[in-house]
Amino acid sequence: MAENKKSLRYEFTKGIIKENPVLRLVLGTCPTLATSVSVTNSIGMGIAATIVLICSNIVISALRKVIPSKIRIPAYIVVIASFVTIVQMLVKAFVPALDDALGVYLPLIVVNCIILGRAEAFAGKNSVFASALDGLGMGIGFTFALIVMATVREILGSGTFLDGIDSLTKLFGVTSFTGFHIFSQPIGLMTMAPGGFLVFGLVMALANKVAEGKGKPKAELKGCAACPMAHSCALIDTDASCDNSGRESETE
Amino acid sequence: MINGEKLTVSASPHFRAKSSTRKIMLDVIIALVPALIASTVIFGLRALMITCVSVITCVLFEYVFRKLSKKSTTIGDLSAVVTGILLAFNLPSTIPVWMVILGDMFAIIIVKQFFGGIGQNFVNPAIAGRIFMLLSFSGRMSSWSEPCSGFMNLGGADAISGATPLVEESENLPSLIDMLLGIRGGCLGETCIIALLIGGIYLLFRKVITPVIPLSFICTVAVVMLIKGRGDFTFVAYQLMSGGLILGAIFMATDYATSPITFKGKIIFGIGCGLITCLIRLFGSLPEGVSYSIILMNILSPLIERATTPKPFGTVKEKKTKEAAKA
Repeated sequence: MAENKKSLRYEFTKGIIKENPVLRLVLGTCPTLATSVSVTNSIGMGIAATIVLICSNIVISALRKVIPSKIRIPAYIVVIASFVTIVQMLVKAFVPALDDALGVYLPLIVVNCIILGRAEAFAGKNSVFASALDGLGMGIGFTFALIVMATVREILGSGTFLDGIDSLTKLFGVTSFTGFHIFSQPIGLMTMAPGGFLVFGLVMALANKVAEGKGKPKAELKGCAACPMAHSCALIDTDASCDNSGRESETE
Repeated sequence: MINGEKLTVSASPHFRAKSSTRKIMLDVIIALVPALIASTVIFGLRALMITCVSVITCVLFEYVFRKLSKKSTTIGDLSAVVTGILLAFNLPSTIPVWMVILGDMFAIIIVKQFFGGIGQNFVNPAIAGRIFMLLSFSGRMSSWSEPCSGFMNLGGADAISGATPLVEESENLPSLIDMLLGIRGGCLGETCIIALLIGGIYLLFRKVITPVIPLSFICTVAVVMLIKGRGDFTFVAYQLMSGGLILGAIFMATDYATSPITFKGKIIFGIGCGLITCLIRLFGSLPEGVSYSIILMNILSPLIERATTPKPFGTVKEKKTKEAAKA
């Protein structure tokens, strides 16, 4: 695998908008809808998932020649679960308020399909350094999507912004700032599941517009080629009818 | 006739009447006028003001969205006006104006225009707007003002909150005549049953709606409530006249875009609406279920249509020959 500077930068930046795990690949929808109620929760969830993602990508990539392909999924889960356990213990010890707020979604990072998806689609095939960058980019993309959605949902749904942020900032010794209170008659629907889906759909449409606005018109892309995962998908390599010659990055 | 310019060739159906969306919507608006007058008499000028605000903002949002997205302007078909009136009819007269505007925005922009405008919406915009407001501002949405508490009261701040008959204790119920005339707490347009029935009869007379959905909806509720009330007809009468049942059955369940077009489908739609309404009223934690029942059946109506599509003439025969060929 030829790893020049350009493709490494691509592995890092693709996760932020172009292949944003939540908004473009539609992975990790469950934690996204559940934790994007408040910005503080989103930041906490995003950081936790990013740490797990980077660490598991590195380990899985390093072990990719050792793990037999038939039992790779259980092996990946064991690696991911170890890191989730570590992160969960750390959060419980240092930010107990966040642990209460995230509840079951923190241990559920184990089966978060972003992390398993990146292990399967990227870390299992690429070098350690590229996998680490991929994990970092995807993690930032996940956190970014969560924060954007949570900003809309928290301001409209609770009338606050960054409420309870002191539970995170007190790690750095700052406890004075506890968030803004903007108005007192919020739109309750936004904190509920329908509001989550609503904001999710609108932000997703916006991300599609940003990611595809400059490129070629969508009508030209058909079948597998229209998928943002096209270049790393296993189907593409075997299926001759799918055209991925337009992709510049990966050359074996 | 040989002259090609005069010979008009078009696909069926060949309408002779000049039926258009605009005319249909105009008929619906005319049918809603009696209820609007009744609501103004019962709840005061504020009811009229809420309705006007709702209509104006609906039309405005539709116009602005179509302009911004560079599509043809569709405010001429008056569908936004109907949505505005129906949404206002689903609100209590004490509702703050900014909440009405938010509800209109949800109904027109998110439910209607994001899905492609008139005819493309998957649920009735007015009901979706009401449910949005019900979930968001449940306190304000269920504080009814006392009927006839002040005709000139435009502020709405000093309105007394009274419960709707659905949740009220049985000794405090208004009389059946008051129910029929609409002298009770409730949303703007839903209380005066007589005015709604006049509008419904006008729509039937003008052939804008068929009686299938309203009748099957109301009859299902009546039958279930008769069983529940163990044959008590007074209980049935209260159940039929309270809440938004008549308004929903006549004006909102019959929306063309979101209800099935086949006869069988319409019956299934109406019965489904009635059953869900009864389930929510009798076993749910919410006092009223009409809007939820209609929106749920709206979502089901494509499936109902698929299940009740009439077979084209000759399909059965073709199948038989195929089977024969296989054998």
